[in-house]
Amino acid sequence: MITELGHFALILAFMIAIVQAVIPLIGAHKRWPGWMAVAEPAAQAQFLFTAFAFGALTWAFITSDFSLKLVTLNSHSAKPMLYKISGTWGNHEGSMLLWVLIVALFGALASVFGGGLPPTLKARVLAVQAAIGVAFYAFILFTSNPFLRLTVPPFDGQDLNPLLQDPGLAFHPPFLYLGYVGLSMAFSFAVAALIEGRIDAAWGRWVRPWTLAAWIFLTIGIGLGSWWAYYELGWGGFWFWDPVENASFMPWLLAAALLHSAIVVEKREALKSWTILLAILAFGFSLIGTFIVRSGIITSVHAFANDPERGVFILFILAFFTGGALTLFAARAQVMEAKGVFGMVSRESALVANNILLAVSCFVVFFGTVWPILAEMLLDRKLSVGPPFFNSAFTPFMVALGLIMPVGAMLPWKRGRIGRTAWQLRYVFVLAVSLGVLAWAMQTGKSALGPVGLFLGSWMVFGALADLWLRSGKSGRLQRMLRLPRADWGKAVAHGGLGITIFAIAGLTAWEQEDIRVARIGEPFDVGAFTLVLTDVSREQGPNYFTTKGRVEVTRNGQSEAVMFPEKRDYPVSRMPTTEAAIDYRVTRDVYVVLGDQQADGSWTMRTYIKPLANWIWGGSILMALGGLLSLSDRRFRVAAGARKSPEAGVPAE
Amino acid sequence: MMLRLLILAVAALLTVSVLAPAPALAVEPDEVLADPALESRARELSKDLRCLVCRNESIDESNAELARDLRVLVRERLVAGDSDREAMDFIVDRYGEYVLLRPTTGGANWLLWAAGPLMLLAALVIAVFYVRGRARAPKAAEQGLSADERERLRKILKD
Repeated sequence: MITELGHFALILAFMIAIVQAVIPLIGAHKRWPGWMAVAEPAAQAQFLFTAFAFGALTWAFITSDFSLKLVTLNSHSAKPMLYKISGTWGNHEGSMLLWVLIVALFGALASVFGGGLPPTLKARVLAVQAAIGVAFYAFILFTSNPFLRLTVPPFDGQDLNPLLQDPGLAFHPPFLYLGYVGLSMAFSFAVAALIEGRIDAAWGRWVRPWTLAAWIFLTIGIGLGSWWAYYELGWGGFWFWDPVENASFMPWLLAAALLHSAIVVEKREALKSWTILLAILAFGFSLIGTFIVRSGIITSVHAFANDPERGVFILFILAFFTGGALTLFAARAQVMEAKGVFGMVSRESALVANNILLAVSCFVVFFGTVWPILAEMLLDRKLSVGPPFFNSAFTPFMVALGLIMPVGAMLPWKRGRIGRTAWQLRYVFVLAVSLGVLAWAMQTGKSALGPVGLFLGSWMVFGALADLWLRSGKSGRLQRMLRLPRADWGKAVAHGGLGITIFAIAGLTAWEQEDIRVARIGEPFDVGAFTLVLTDVSREQGPNYFTTKGRVEVTRNGQSEAVMFPEKRDYPVSRMPTTEAAIDYRVTRDVYVVLGDQQADGSWTMRTYIKPLANWIWGGSILMALGGLLSLSDRRFRVAAGARKSPEAGVPAE
Repeated sequence: MMLRLLILAVAALLTVSVLAPAPALAVEPDEVLADPALESRARELSKDLRCLVCRNESIDESNAELARDLRVLVRERLVAGDSDREAMDFIVDRYGEYVLLRPTTGGANWLLWAAGPLMLLAALVIAVFYVRGRARAPKAAEQGLSADERERLRKILKD
């Protein structure tokens, strides 16, 4: 019964969304307040109905209602509760329902918090947001309905893919979707502004928090996914340049670019048309990401649910929204006359450089991702584009970005002098170079990657700190630093976080140690500075799996470091084995142990890695997200600061 | 309906056989060459070779039988005295270009490799023209907000 109510609620939400997409748009055009006012209650009602539908589906998973086809295919009565709940979105239909729920959520939030928006803009934003919703409601109801029943319900379900039965992955899709869909807000604002025919500093200020929020969620989502890959897939890789990963990475890069260009619109009323274009493209790439994941056009490790028929539908949605928005953009671009004047060397130019690097690097990722399809379709050539390509083609852009970031972040608005800003950073530069040289001297016979990474990372981290320090004036520095706007802190924390992540990736890649061997029980062996011994292997039973569990003692210079339990699990329902690596997390390094097969003589194959700085990759990501949050929380204060100073005085950017 | 279920079942089976990180490890101890220099060359080459039956995995990471065969083949070639290039060519001859994770620069592939630099160049040229235009823009544009905009901004700032 609840299922049918959920189904009905979803259809109602679909109807409301159609009304919300049409009536306010007409109202805004004709200046009819009553018609425009429809948008707000509609947005909120649409969200409530969709939330009810989602709740009904979740309830079916919680109660293991196997009369629902979706539950039968993706759940099992013996599954732990957390994974019953996360099973709701661990499949195609449920994840699309989550997607549209978030579209509705953002629409509702905009209707609640958009008090300061001019009524016509607000009506148009909500209408465009509802139009996106309509497309996805139709997609769900006509091609991927989660509420279908089975005529003969089975006794038990077929279980969720065991790789997905993991806390990291349980929360990875919701965050990613919050990010993807968050960009729909930037898109709606861009399209509404194009219809409105007016883009000014205020528009830049309105669109920025939404983009910032989307970017924060994307950062967390990508970080969680990468962490999951690190501990779950069994060899400690954290990024594979898989098409599905790229699908989430491209919107992240464009959202980062959009964040920065929106600052220029807000502070200087320049780069308007570029910012609009970015907003359209960023959401376009979210849709492309959905298309890649949902259609399975590019087979990849992560395409758990795919169906070409649905792919065509999403392709149609993609073509309609990006195509439509770009056409509108072409027709209206001339209304966006730039106002701010700035010199070749200025904060504005630095932000332009930032945008170029981010956008072109996104283009490189995109081109590499689709090239195998293009080559097969146009040249009849079956080839692969894998991590080695992306590593060499993408990395230079990030290095360039890291090099210019500390200088660009400190350049004054309008007109600056490179020499002056570079001179302020002289100590930071000397420190970064010394650290790099030190690392070079301490390692022997290894690649330059580690030292270069350390140089770049510390250049970025200490550069960000120097920016805060120099901004705080001459006396009573620490106090003044603490009183700097949160946006300044947010900028420094996020920039520093990126530096830490870059350093960690370089360091881990350069200094990782690996050991592959056949280990006899009780026989110690050395890996790097550590001594390991496999003391025991036992067979045990988990809630819905069988496991072979090793016990490994790790010592260093005779001191006990850790006792670790690497596992191999077997999920009988889905007949899938998984490896559960044992990881001893420490600040400077992880010890990563994987248990393999038993040999004929009773010994076991074992893989051991010493992974320096692994945690720093995600530490840096957390800092980036935190920086975003700080910046977001500053909004009110920033608005007030803008009121005190006239725009000509050069308001510090965040 | 039946057909759909059948397809789903087949897909599920395929997923299990192809995707599953089998209990075996990627590089097995018995594959490792005695000569550490040769072994590290073999590892580097393995990272550039695709496991043909997997989804986007190199043979260095994969647990599939075929990946193991390829790893052993790479090592055989190296032990036989092949250079890295010769060993790769040998494998590409047998398995086709699809096996290379780092695409060649031959044929239309130059476009793939040049796409990034070319785009960067184009973006830089456009940006330089744009910024020069901004630098030369009439000072009149620096008047700031119009009275109308000021009024709207004031309203926004109030709440």
